[in-house]
Amino acid sequence: MTRYILRRVALSLVTLYLLATMVFIIVNVLPDDPGRRIAGPFAPQEIVDSLNERLGVNDPLLDQYARLLRNVVTFDFGESFKFGQPVKEVMLPALGRSAKLVVLGFVLTVPISIAAGIFAARRRNSFADRSVVTLGLASSSIPEFVSGVTLQFVIGVQLGWLPVLALAPSDAGLIGELRYLLLPALALVAVYFGYIARITRAGTIMALDSDYTRTAVMKGLSGRRVLTRHVMRNALQPTVAVIGTQIGYLFSGLIGLELIFNYPGLGSLLVNAASDKDFPLLTAGVILVGVIYMLTTLTADLIIAWMNPRSRLAGDRA
Amino acid sequence: MSIESVDPVIVGGPAPAPPVFDARGEKRIARRERLRLLVRRPGFIVGSVILLFWIVCAVGGDNITPLDPINDFDVSNQRPNADHLFGTDQLGRDVFSRVMAGARDVLIAAPIAAVLSVAMGSMLGVIMGYYRGWVDEVLSRIIEALLSIPVVLVALLIISVLGASAIIVIGTVAVLFTPIVARTVRAATLAEAQLDYVTAARLRGESGLFVMTREILPNISGTITVEFTVRVGYAVFTISTLSFLGAGIQPPSPDWGLTISDTYRLIQAGFWWPTLFPALAIASLVIATNLVADSIDTVRSA
Amino acid sequence: MSDPSTPHDEPGGERTGGVATRPDALSVEGVELAYLVRGIPREVLRGVTFRVAPGEAYGLVGESGCGKSTTAFAALRYLPTNGRITAGRILVGGQDVTHMSDRELRNFRAHDASMVYQDPGAALNPTLKIGSQVAEAFTTLGHDKKEALDRAVDALHRVRIADPLRVMHRYPHQLSGGMQQRVVIAMALACDPQLLVLDEPTTGLDATVEAEVLDLVRALRHETNAAILLIAHNLGVIRSMCDRVGVMYAGKIVEEGDALEVFEAPKHPYTIGLLQCLPRHGARKTEQALFTIPGTLPQIGTPLPTCVYVDRCALADDLCRDEVPPVVELEPGHWTRCHHVDRLAQMPEASPQTKSQEGEHDLAVELNAVSKTFRVHGTDVPALVSIDLGLVDGETLGLVGESGSGKSTLAKAMLGIHPPDPGGEILLDHVALADKAGDRPAEAMRAMQMVFQNPDSALNRSWTVRRILMRAVMKLTGANKRTAEERVQQLTEGLRLSPRHLDMRPRQLSGGLKQRVAIARAFAGDPRIVICDEPTSALDVSVQAAILNLLSDLQFDRSTGYLFISHDLGVVRYLADRIAVMYLGRIQEVGTTDQVFNGPHHPYTEALLSAVPSVDGEPSERIRLTGEIPSPADPPSGCVFHTRCHRFMEGLCDVVEPPVIEIEPGHLSRCHLPADQLGRVEVGTG
Repeated sequence: MTRYILRRVALSLVTLYLLATMVFIIVNVLPDDPGRRIAGPFAPQEIVDSLNERLGVNDPLLDQYARLLRNVVTFDFGESFKFGQPVKEVMLPALGRSAKLVVLGFVLTVPISIAAGIFAARRRNSFADRSVVTLGLASSSIPEFVSGVTLQFVIGVQLGWLPVLALAPSDAGLIGELRYLLLPALALVAVYFGYIARITRAGTIMALDSDYTRTAVMKGLSGRRVLTRHVMRNALQPTVAVIGTQIGYLFSGLIGLELIFNYPGLGSLLVNAASDKDFPLLTAGVILVGVIYMLTTLTADLIIAWMNPRSRLAGDRA
Repeated sequence: MSIESVDPVIVGGPAPAPPVFDARGEKRIARRERLRLLVRRPGFIVGSVILLFWIVCAVGGDNITPLDPINDFDVSNQRPNADHLFGTDQLGRDVFSRVMAGARDVLIAAPIAAVLSVAMGSMLGVIMGYYRGWVDEVLSRIIEALLSIPVVLVALLIISVLGASAIIVIGTVAVLFTPIVARTVRAATLAEAQLDYVTAARLRGESGLFVMTREILPNISGTITVEFTVRVGYAVFTISTLSFLGAGIQPPSPDWGLTISDTYRLIQAGFWWPTLFPALAIASLVIATNLVADSIDTVRSA
Repeated sequence: MSDPSTPHDEPGGERTGGVATRPDALSVEGVELAYLVRGIPREVLRGVTFRVAPGEAYGLVGESGCGKSTTAFAALRYLPTNGRITAGRILVGGQDVTHMSDRELRNFRAHDASMVYQDPGAALNPTLKIGSQVAEAFTTLGHDKKEALDRAVDALHRVRIADPLRVMHRYPHQLSGGMQQRVVIAMALACDPQLLVLDEPTTGLDATVEAEVLDLVRALRHETNAAILLIAHNLGVIRSMCDRVGVMYAGKIVEEGDALEVFEAPKHPYTIGLLQCLPRHGARKTEQALFTIPGTLPQIGTPLPTCVYVDRCALADDLCRDEVPPVVELEPGHWTRCHHVDRLAQMPEASPQTKSQEGEHDLAVELNAVSKTFRVHGTDVPALVSIDLGLVDGETLGLVGESGSGKSTLAKAMLGIHPPDPGGEILLDHVALADKAGDRPAEAMRAMQMVFQNPDSALNRSWTVRRILMRAVMKLTGANKRTAEERVQQLTEGLRLSPRHLDMRPRQLSGGLKQRVAIARAFAGDPRIVICDEPTSALDVSVQAAILNLLSDLQFDRSTGYLFISHDLGVVRYLADRIAVMYLGRIQEVGTTDQVFNGPHHPYTEALLSAVPSVDGEPSERIRLTGEIPSPADPPSGCVFHTRCHRFMEGLCDVVEPPVIEIEPGHLSRCHLPADQLGRVEVGTG
């Protein structure tokens, strides 16, 4: 098991290194005159020059590359252009706020979608099954900002059940804060329900059709016991994998949602950084999202290894 | 024991062949059978009809909209009414016409991006899956790294560096979808390359190019077709999101994502129609594409 | 016309009718079963009736698709969702299984009947430890957790697992196939069932492991009072295990009787054909062609109003087409469904033939010290160790050994698919070949071709047969299109394919036809050597016979050499001129077929030969290999076979690698024992 973990962590680090390199290529190699790009075509040359100086683009590429890698390791990306503060200080509070939204979203999504997936699998080809499948397909194909505005309008404006904007007043308390976050979280549910329910359904069908489930049934076990003891543990492995990757990907959805609900999280921070050409902030954000993706998929893989001894104990036979 | 095992097509014994047998006829019959199965799926029908509607809108553009979507100003912020089915926006433009015309840009950009990514990704995927070895190992790592950040976020970074021209947007989406396609095609190729007919081909001295293009490719064309339809859907998704974020299709296009980004703040003031109709348009288009893709996938693998 | 599905026309009722005290362990009464395919019911079982007395072992044989597994699963009422029992009933120990409620059914499965399946690896839950899976069979019976665990240990003991406590803490994937099947059997016996259903329990296991599992079942049968229903396509397994046997064809039992009687004196044309398809009693290709059954099994759901076998029967006449055949009882308990029991002597028989290669032949291929080492997770795994082998034009060299012994690797090394390690050499016509297939001259590629085990995988499913053959001919011979077309024409005729098959795609062909196409492709360039890797093991016996005949005819016509890999010793004996026996990547024994079969044998060969259950009866002596096949990554010291050898001499075999001794001219063995101390096994020479 230790070997498996070490190998898996090493692979993540390689991936992170490659990611940093790609970001470097995009930001430092592709544009010919970053200062000009940032300042725009009408800015005086001095401003462009000083920008280039601050960006360090006049240094040899290799130095710039080494600097970026060092930044990744220390997670210190210098000062944000826009805020004039260290990137870390700008980003951490935003990350915290986004994390709240993500956690709420997944606490709501995961149980519902797993239950729906198993339910559908057990009633294969029934009307209920088809509804879950079609609903899942439809809801997960809509971009987050689209389901966001729609929910905002229907639940927030027309029905008036929930606050339209996500940021709670400072005296709201935890429950109040959750109330404010519920609407954007529901938009996340709409999108991720489909992914998780469909993969759970597929995994459950596979496990239900397996020979070991047949063995369990033939032992005379009750349907419930077959399901909880023999089916679920095998069926939910792909679900865990998908949850791992989707939490990582979630941050792209957050960009749109945080704009719609005017929530100062990582998503709105990054989209503003993009339009302001605040490259230190943007670079740090992309790397941060990559790190989060690696952590969530790593966690998912470890959970799967725990669920499935075959991947954990590969190699040693009795 | 599954339904398949008793399916008359699969159970042993030569299929009772029609008296006259030519390969093209057989292929046509198979295709017709698949089409018949497709047409019986309500999801496919609904999806195709919606898709067709938006294609007509995209092709017709402002020739078929009731009013000019960009330059026809009436009283602003009218609720939906007889003159303006979907109301007017804050500049007094007809929302209905804008929604119709808004299909055009995204329906040009998304399929192009999808075609490019599927072409590049298939090529990469087949090569990786067939040759394996260190090339595959290295490319797989790079793909993994690319996949570790959401497409929208990388696209945002690239476009903020290079500027948001149509070519850059399409190219970025195509490049970012390529690894996803490559991964799928690689897996399919890998499974195919294990089969003995590939060994047989090597034993008669076929070149790698021949094996990849003539032997393997026809057997994974179904996977590629499905991947293409799925990619079109995601390209619409991604490009709309980018437009909404200001890094996609640029003004003055009546593009849906762009329109929503201009108008969504007015929802709280009660002006929902300029935002909600384009939102429904996006939703209907992506759902339709995915319904079609899903139907093709199900019929193909049944 | 009597209704064939009613149970009343079946004899055999009186067997147990007199003793009313104990009901039959299993009584299947006129069961008809259909699968709904796209809403249309298709009949799989067309009125199956048989009984298994308490403690009796009953075998069902037949080719794939005849309904034998369906019958087995129906006995525990485990049917796919589209399966319906449309008539008849099934009683286990007097309880009607067909009409049980879900709760009753659960209770019945927990207490009264159990099942053992094909592919034990899949039958165990990969995420649970063995201990907890076995214990569960006892908790279902109402034992508490601790007691269940204790009983699980006992249960594993009972199936002769030496170290149950250790095995309890293992996961299924950490056990070998034989061990996995023991565990499944242990679970099945947990409730001391009245009926134990075994569905192809040893299919996919090696012959030596199969022998162990069968021994175990045989022993347990005497320890428990369970009746056994055994499903197997391998007639030898049925013969060695069962008291009575039913022969199934197209969803109906066509003959039933005492196992020995049915196999020695079959009384239904199908049974006769089935048995004649097998190379029996040491038959050789030089003496006789194998019998083949024309046609193919009717598809499921085909209406067969009269005799189910009528379309393929050599004796069929108008009577057979018009009337349901009567059940003819020949002796008490042995009956057949046939109109023409009196004419069975007129059944065609396998035709004798004399084929021999005259004169000297050239050495076509020679392997000198060929080794192949794979690198797996950073460790070297030697799959082939210094193989020396020669293959003469027109001869068949049989290659046998358990799975993992390196047979297929040897084939692939010869062909250059897995390039061998540097050091050895492969010579074609005394000229060394490049290691990689792609580096070999066209002439060398043309000279060596391969027929694969699974024709589905071997043929490109998106190509037509014509394209498959045309491409092979053009690429291998360099012929232009016109010449190639003629050549394909000839191949088609030579392989007994009809021209209409040329425009079909593989999926439209039956398994046998597909394999013919694959063989035609291998022969496209008139090869010197064709490597056949288990070419018939995916096929039914009647189809196998036709393919073996074809291969032997082709060989005699063209003087092609075969390297013939097979786990079926009967088949190897029929087809091979010489045999090489492999173990852990080494050749342990090589000699002519007679030398290898008649002995004296290498101890490993001895064990292999005595392991095989034969339709012709059991081998005189039984040597059972114990222990697992060692990992090639960590081969035992000295003689690699010493860990499992019954002639093991401590201090010698585990220390010194044995020399190659010449038992007779051309008969080599790698063993420390002198030739006169090597054993002999009498194997079904009949």
